[in-house]
Amino acid sequence: MNGVHDLGGMHGLGRVDVEADEPVFHNPWEKATFGILLATMGQGLYNLDEFRHGIEVMNPANYLTSSYYEHWLETMEKNLIEKGVIDQEALEAKTQEFLKNPEASVPQREDPELANNLSQLVRGGASSSREVSAEPRFGVGDRVRTRNVHPQGHTRLPRYVRGKQGVVGRVYDAFVLPDTNAHGEGENPEYVYCVRFDAKEVWGDSAEPREVVHVDLWESYLEPV
Amino acid sequence: MSGERTTDTRQAQAPEDRTYPISDAEVAARAKALQSLLTEKGLISNDVIDKVVSAYESDIGPMLGAKVVARAWSDPEFKKLLLEDANAACEQLGIGGMQGEHMVVVENSAQVHNTVVCTLCSCYPWPVLGLPPNWYKYPQYRSRAVMEPRKVLKEEFGLDIDESVDISVWDSSAEVRYFVLPERPEGTEGMSQEELAALVTRDSMIGVGEPRTPEQTR
Repeated sequence: MNGVHDLGGMHGLGRVDVEADEPVFHNPWEKATFGILLATMGQGLYNLDEFRHGIEVMNPANYLTSSYYEHWLETMEKNLIEKGVIDQEALEAKTQEFLKNPEASVPQREDPELANNLSQLVRGGASSSREVSAEPRFGVGDRVRTRNVHPQGHTRLPRYVRGKQGVVGRVYDAFVLPDTNAHGEGENPEYVYCVRFDAKEVWGDSAEPREVVHVDLWESYLEPV
Repeated sequence: MSGERTTDTRQAQAPEDRTYPISDAEVAARAKALQSLLTEKGLISNDVIDKVVSAYESDIGPMLGAKVVARAWSDPEFKKLLLEDANAACEQLGIGGMQGEHMVVVENSAQVHNTVVCTLCSCYPWPVLGLPPNWYKYPQYRSRAVMEPRKVLKEEFGLDIDESVDISVWDSSAEVRYFVLPERPEGTEGMSQEELAALVTRDSMIGVGEPRTPEQTR
């Protein structure tokens, strides 16, 4: 979707704010939120593409001004409610309880098997690369043009490189296609290409000299030139 | 309700009717509420947070990437493998995992400076750098790094890339996770891999800084 998350080339958002000695988690709830992601996505309650799209459909003003892990909370709540894992009324009621009693603690539970499984997941990863029988459509050195498409749903084709010409720099594996996987429409894996764009092609006269941008793009995002 | 999609997420939705920003207190309460409900359903436990997540505070961080870089600086065969198959090279050091299943290393040189960004969200090579800092994930860097990298590097990070050097920006829009092999600093001949690793900063491996020099660490 042409959402507020698709930020490449946007002006006016301000200076980069580097926090000195930034902790990994700024408070306990950020850490808990990370744990909730690991446990829920790690147990397959929703997939990474659904997770990302849930963030993309946030209120745009909220997206731009809220803290990072709030984005995670928003999408996890949305996905878990839509999938019927949790009930929205129950979540709202429980939230009110904690608002009234901020010092109240979360119920304690140990699950060494779950913790161990998730540790393995952290160490082993969860690749979305898939074997496909087709050969890649494009090869290194091919000139390609990105399609001028504006899907309302999830895509990983940023707006700033739509309808632009580039050169295939690398051919990667076939990967699960986010555009369908985010909407329960299947994995439909396609080859991914690292495409090199001259900054002038992307930004015209506003381009800095001697700049190149590389963007990783699924095969259906590209046309031959 | 169960299993049914209540909204058609294909349709770009209008923002719902509520006010922002959400208070810190409410966000914290929502996180606790979600954790509570999931705990009651047996879907999460405290040791997930205390043990598994804690790994990202102590064990998984830029010191791992620094080891990889130091080894590449010291060992030409390892460097060659790192540039051809980063995952295989990192696995030799027991490094790899979530959000690094497909890593690619891009090498700085006298001709090219590399910078990594994720304009669409926050994709970052966790197994070698740990979790990203907020500046990497927030709108300012994500919007500007692809359009004015030289300016951003200079004004925001104090990194002045000479006009004669090309800048290559890598937008991690798919599942490949990029990190940078910075140039080995001058005056480091004969240093051990541990000493070299101590020069390698997180910023230098994502492309917004250079490694420390031996002088800077004295």
